[in-house]
Amino acid sequence: MREWNRLGLNKAERMERGAALAQGKVVPPARIGELLAQVIESGDRVCIEGNNQKQADFLASALAGLDPAVVNDLHIVQSVLALPSHLDVFETGVASRLDFSFSGQQSARLARLLSAGQLRIGAIHTYLELFGRYFTDLTPRVSLVCAAAADAQGNLYTGGNTEDTPVIVEATAFRRGIVIAQVNEIVDHVPRVDIPGDWVDFVVQSPRPHYIEPLFTRDPAQISEIQVLMAMMAIKGIYAEYGVKRLNHGIGFDTAAIELLLPTYAESLGLRGKIATHWALNPHPALIPAIEAGFVESVHSFGSELGMEEYIRARPDVFFTGPDGSMRSNRALSQTAGLYACDMFIGSTLQIDLQGNSSTATLGRVSGFGGAPNMGSDARGRRHGTETWLRAGREAGTGTMPRGRKLVVQMVETFREHMAPAFVEKLDAWELAETAGLDLPPVMIYGDDVTHILTEEGIANLLLCQNEQEREQAIRGVAGYTPVGLARDKAMVENLRDRGVIRRPADLGVDPRDATRDLLAARSMKDLVHASGGLYDPPARFRSW
Amino acid sequence: MERLEFEFAGGKPVAARNKPVLAGVLGSGNLEVLVEPADLKGRVRVEVETAARGFGPIWQAVLTDVFERWKLGNIRISINDAGATPAVVALRLDQALQEYAGGDA
Repeated sequence: MREWNRLGLNKAERMERGAALAQGKVVPPARIGELLAQVIESGDRVCIEGNNQKQADFLASALAGLDPAVVNDLHIVQSVLALPSHLDVFETGVASRLDFSFSGQQSARLARLLSAGQLRIGAIHTYLELFGRYFTDLTPRVSLVCAAAADAQGNLYTGGNTEDTPVIVEATAFRRGIVIAQVNEIVDHVPRVDIPGDWVDFVVQSPRPHYIEPLFTRDPAQISEIQVLMAMMAIKGIYAEYGVKRLNHGIGFDTAAIELLLPTYAESLGLRGKIATHWALNPHPALIPAIEAGFVESVHSFGSELGMEEYIRARPDVFFTGPDGSMRSNRALSQTAGLYACDMFIGSTLQIDLQGNSSTATLGRVSGFGGAPNMGSDARGRRHGTETWLRAGREAGTGTMPRGRKLVVQMVETFREHMAPAFVEKLDAWELAETAGLDLPPVMIYGDDVTHILTEEGIANLLLCQNEQEREQAIRGVAGYTPVGLARDKAMVENLRDRGVIRRPADLGVDPRDATRDLLAARSMKDLVHASGGLYDPPARFRSW
Repeated sequence: MERLEFEFAGGKPVAARNKPVLAGVLGSGNLEVLVEPADLKGRVRVEVETAARGFGPIWQAVLTDVFERWKLGNIRISINDAGATPAVVALRLDQALQEYAGGDA
């Protein structure tokens, strides 16, 4: 007779081995290595909660410290590789396979380990894609997650940085996997239950509070006049033009400049209430002045941001918060909002080719993607109309069946630091795919999803291009003095400008000489603190006072 | 460091009464521009000291476009560049020339 509960029986064996090391669900920190060795089996799929921001750092170190003679050949399925310990497991031989989304600061070391043959990569995913695979062919057998607090029953309180925890725990717990949580403190009563205790098998108090990266803080002091100019062009030429209300901003100074121009420049254009009202966005400190000026109705977040806790708590009409007052974020759900319920994604990039493909991949770094690919893609499953989406669809004008289009805007100065051109004939992603043995060049946003390219030279509206040749010239026509830009067909570019496919600052009524830092609603971190009424508390590294 | 020199045919000479104008700051990624009157028989001369080598053709292209916009003559422009991008160069020159020309352009 066939056994239909092999997963459950196997879990029971693991739990029996582990139970001796715990008091109920609570494991003493000193015994965490022994526990992992008892409940993890060689060849397991293991998810370490490595988010964009909060990190299960104590559990990650414990996993990296296991004896590869006892536990080996693990398959790591994890959204973000942020810490050295996330790669140590491959160096020691505890793990050998990896499926992930983003590697950020570890991207160079990941490339080295890969070329040394110390791991195999299944694929680089977008977040939603990897989460989707947690519920199909990449369900974790053991998950090592992270929370702010737990009680003895295993109920978890995540605090503002809920991030990936719900999706990881749900996939693992409901398929008879094992969930181990590291927490900053074990308390009698958690402030609110983010993860029910019966989904959690073990909790361990970390000797140190978990690490959190303030990833979305941009010091306004570093915003340049060119970024102010591009922000003015974005507001007038895209936000106002299409009446963009529901949106996501990428990370970076380009979009921080837009956030800081809402209460000044956008206000002067009479746009309050008409643009940028509903956001899928981490709580960017740079958004504080716009919130205070009454631009923003709601913000749902993927994760939280260090220092924003008290400000968020004091603005429950804007942010999603629990009955305890603290924020509840959720990466999977905010990504879904960004994909299906936002009318625009706007963000920076490193390289754009002549088809409009956009990539942040550079040679020697296997960095993967953040949230941009899901939010920066037209959701072909979308059915509800908004003015913005329908207008973009009309401009795209494909076929007889009316459809809408999401606005996907790539915003980039034509030259990056050290005069690296942002426009190239061929993306570095091609060579990276070859050297790293990837199935595909790691393209962040595909050209056929990009609707507008915005540089200091102008805005190219790719929706209005009628063929590949026009599209290429529209891109060259905003590529400035890069080799790609200098090789433009001048007559064709002028024709595209006459038709409004390319719009220069002057065509938008924007005078570059007005683009001064005086337009920024906050020009320093101190200004942001002031704008928040003292509620925003920036991390020490951002304080100069 | 690289030293580059450019000359343009120029346009309407600006009266010598115009005062020299200094714009920008010599910080990383920025540049300092000095515009001053000079008897150059109506021409424009630009001298560039730049920290980045090998970008002569890009300077030529940026400056050509700037003097398409600003048909001025009898001016000498000295640029001290600390790695500014073309966008910053053009913006700074536009600001400096606007101030220099005043209502005279």
